[in-house]
Amino acid sequence: MSGLFGVPWPALMGQLMLGLVNGSFYAILSLGLAVIFGMLNIINFAHGALYMMGAFLAWMGLRYWGIGYGWALLLVPVLVGIVGIVIERAFLQWLYRLDHLYGLLLTFGLALIIEGLFRHQYGVSGLPYEIPAPLTGAFNLGFMFLPRYRAWVIAVSLSVCLGTWIVIEKTRLGAYLRAATENPRLTAAFGINVPLLVTLAYGFGVGLAGLAGVLAAPVFQVNPLMGSNLIIVVFAVVVIGGMGSILGSIVTGIGLGVIEGLSKVFYPEASATVVFVVMALVLMLRPAGLFGREQ
Amino acid sequence: MSQAVRIRAGYLLAVAALLLAPQFFYPVLVMKVLCFALFACAFNLLLGYAGLLSFGHAAFFGGAAYVAGYALKSWHVPALVGLLLGTLAAAALGWLFGRLAIRRQGIYFAMITLALAQMVYFICLQVPYTGGEDGLQGVPRGSLFGLVDLADDRNLYYVVAALCALGFWIIERAIHSPFGQVLKAIRENEPRAISLGYDVERYKLLAFVLSAALTGLAGATKTLVFSFASLTDAEWHTSGEVVLMTLVGGLGTVYGPAVGAGVIVTLQDQLADKVGSLVSVIMGCIFVLCVLAFRRGIVGELQALYRSATGNRY
Amino acid sequence: MRSNLFTAALAAALSLAAGTSAAQISDNVVKIGVLTDMSGVYSDLAGAGAVDAVNMAVEDFIRREKPKFAIEVVSADHQNKGDIASNKAREWFDRDKVDVITDLVTTSTALAVMKIAKEKNRLVMVSGAGSTRITNEDCNDVTVHWTYDTYATANGTAKAVVKQGGKSWFFLTADYAFGLSLEKDATDVVLANGGKVLGSVRHPFPGTDFSSFLLTAQASGADVIGLANAGADTINSIKQAAEFGITPKQTLAGLLMFVSDVHSLGLKATQGMYLTESFYWDMNDETRAWSKRFFERQKKMPTMDDAGLYSAVTHYLRAVKATGSDDTQKVMAAMKKTPINDFFAKKGFIRDDGRMVHDVYLMQVKKPEESKYAWDYYWVRQTIPGDEAFQPLSRSRCPLIKQ
Repeated sequence: MSGLFGVPWPALMGQLMLGLVNGSFYAILSLGLAVIFGMLNIINFAHGALYMMGAFLAWMGLRYWGIGYGWALLLVPVLVGIVGIVIERAFLQWLYRLDHLYGLLLTFGLALIIEGLFRHQYGVSGLPYEIPAPLTGAFNLGFMFLPRYRAWVIAVSLSVCLGTWIVIEKTRLGAYLRAATENPRLTAAFGINVPLLVTLAYGFGVGLAGLAGVLAAPVFQVNPLMGSNLIIVVFAVVVIGGMGSILGSIVTGIGLGVIEGLSKVFYPEASATVVFVVMALVLMLRPAGLFGREQ
Repeated sequence: MSQAVRIRAGYLLAVAALLLAPQFFYPVLVMKVLCFALFACAFNLLLGYAGLLSFGHAAFFGGAAYVAGYALKSWHVPALVGLLLGTLAAAALGWLFGRLAIRRQGIYFAMITLALAQMVYFICLQVPYTGGEDGLQGVPRGSLFGLVDLADDRNLYYVVAALCALGFWIIERAIHSPFGQVLKAIRENEPRAISLGYDVERYKLLAFVLSAALTGLAGATKTLVFSFASLTDAEWHTSGEVVLMTLVGGLGTVYGPAVGAGVIVTLQDQLADKVGSLVSVIMGCIFVLCVLAFRRGIVGELQALYRSATGNRY
Repeated sequence: MRSNLFTAALAAALSLAAGTSAAQISDNVVKIGVLTDMSGVYSDLAGAGAVDAVNMAVEDFIRREKPKFAIEVVSADHQNKGDIASNKAREWFDRDKVDVITDLVTTSTALAVMKIAKEKNRLVMVSGAGSTRITNEDCNDVTVHWTYDTYATANGTAKAVVKQGGKSWFFLTADYAFGLSLEKDATDVVLANGGKVLGSVRHPFPGTDFSSFLLTAQASGADVIGLANAGADTINSIKQAAEFGITPKQTLAGLLMFVSDVHSLGLKATQGMYLTESFYWDMNDETRAWSKRFFERQKKMPTMDDAGLYSAVTHYLRAVKATGSDDTQKVMAAMKKTPINDFFAKKGFIRDDGRMVHDVYLMQVKKPEESKYAWDYYWVRQTIPGDEAFQPLSRSRCPLIKQ
């Protein structure tokens, strides 16, 4: 059997596909973080908790109100976005004048609260969310069975990421956003409502986390701790990519998913740490991150 | 009363409290509070005086706990040697982290330390020496110079109290030394400190290593107290908890974090049985409250109150 | 029941005769501490149900036996962390005069509390934790291991699966002490029964995404994929195996699963799986009667941990009553002398290494259409007699056992 370093091609390709799926989650989450960071200069520690909330809202929708996956995919991000807007108006807006670290600390506190509440209500053993009927089954790619749902995750996240990039880089709204990021005071002087843009950006970034949560619900169990396990990896992704560009966060997210997938083939024990090792390497060679600009 | 007399009276009071505490409270709990107080003060050395928010201090706390535990259990070294090895290991780890992390500032610094600490956590989970998920159990407390049996809680208490007092003394010396002044200068205005000719990175690294080493002392001591080193010590929640203690007690005040540690540890001890998993919600609320309305912390607020009452700025 | 009481009385008489000093119960209060997982991954297995099972045992004991001493139950959440468990145990023994600590789901908490108990000379009755270390390397004379262990569950399940024709195995193992010991126990059984092991892959603990490890297992072409993990990890592996079309082509064998896991996953995902438990609520009239009472209080059927706790606490209280003492060594001697006969165990007995030996049962999960009512999940395929189910003393690594 031919292969790479003794690993047969089918196994390798299979793991690469899986890496792509994980990378899709990293990409959506780090994209949301990048949008928020761009506008608010805050690292949103609550991102993981809001991702978890997205998964829970999807589960609750199905369980209590009979709202299916399709509607959840549309409604949950909006709901989580609204939660984000409330958070921004109620808490974050008071911190913009202070050291940015306070934003990190506040969102850390919020993450503890959100996680604790869900944990108290639902325990941590995880709740099942069935894969929606039209997306069950698998494609036989020859080298592996790719479950339809995983393919769907890749497709949705790629199109959402691409859409976000187009909106920010190619539309008028995006131009306002970028202007407000570069120089909020000047942008306000042109008559643009910068605080509103900030609020919307936070709502949007958090909404992306909610979307990722809905996408994740059928893949992983719906679990109050699902976010905190993931968010630290995403932080490393953000450090590796640098917060410089929207595209950068997407590419890094997917790329690291793939690297993680490869490590599972060649040295599975390292799969939990490989992202952090890459981060250390990048920091030594390019402290600003792959796509970051030196301040 | 003059300033110096007041300060001396304060220290005497603190020492008296430290000596008498086990008469009134459960000694194991007091020792836990002391370990976390040292941990929080060491952490505050970095955040409060150098302006660096590390979200990865659990790595030093847990790393030292494991090294000390392993040395005590497998090599049967004397208690103090075990603690020293733990402290040194934490210092070495701190040097490594510091080299990587001080390349970036502010939020990036926090995220990098968090990610590196998570890597240490996974290593602790996977290497065979730590007992993985079961933790390193049954670490012998041993004796002090072969004379004093540390298995007795009272005896151990006075050793722990002395060690922590040593730690506090080092921290206080560091803060009030020229080194501490330079750190504060860097925190207030880094470009100016650079233009004054200070090798800022070196100072930051030194502060980081010192903070890591003292954190390691706290972690190693905790292993001795509980005969136990576990993954909890290295988990990111522990990193978050120490930030909370510092914030509650008073960021940038010398002993505020110790007060914060006392409050949080006692609160957790009292609440754990009553509200179960809601503890983390309560901790989160305290966090949010501190950040929004109470940024000076308990000691900071008291100092401000005292100043406004006496009209004295210092 | 009557013969049971008789033996208890006899044992009491014997131990009284053997006892030297006047027996007594400190403060005339027997205090039972339930240290369990109230909110974590094992809270469905143990948690509030476990505490209530202990309460039931105490209430029933007071009603039936009208003891002259008072009984108190305290409980706490150890969050599956050895350090929290060890601190709590220290505090309970030092400050609150707790006589016995029980449940201790997850191995790390059990081992931690056992060490403290030995130091303070108090009793431990482990029910929720499963590692064989409890009665081997780490055994001591103040601990009883009541409900099950990984040897029993891996042994029962692996043997049955090999006999059904699952000759070649591949293990999906949680990368920590507990997972590794589960894998080792099962490997021995597979080899001993003429099967072969093609390899294993270790996943980080706790894991969320098992797909890549499952792909490796799939590529091995083994008949059976043995799941040497527990709780949420097992649940996720099973779900994802179905998604990747691994089942039903290859069979999954859960080496440690509980009825609460089956309940959480649903029959569709688990049908046909073999698993070994020491209790199932729907086995006979006795188990049904007790379980229905439990159900009325907890709105869920008991797990083997709940049932085992009830049995253990009842046995303990009878020993206290019989000896008229809460002295650790006296009560332990009485417990070891008296056989256990209740709805949980028949002719059970406690060995010198602390293992409570009793029958365990090989179950097969029903197909959804075979399940007639709520919680109707298992076919009981085989009763494995106690001396076959648990590791024989001849292979014991416990220092208390003289070889």
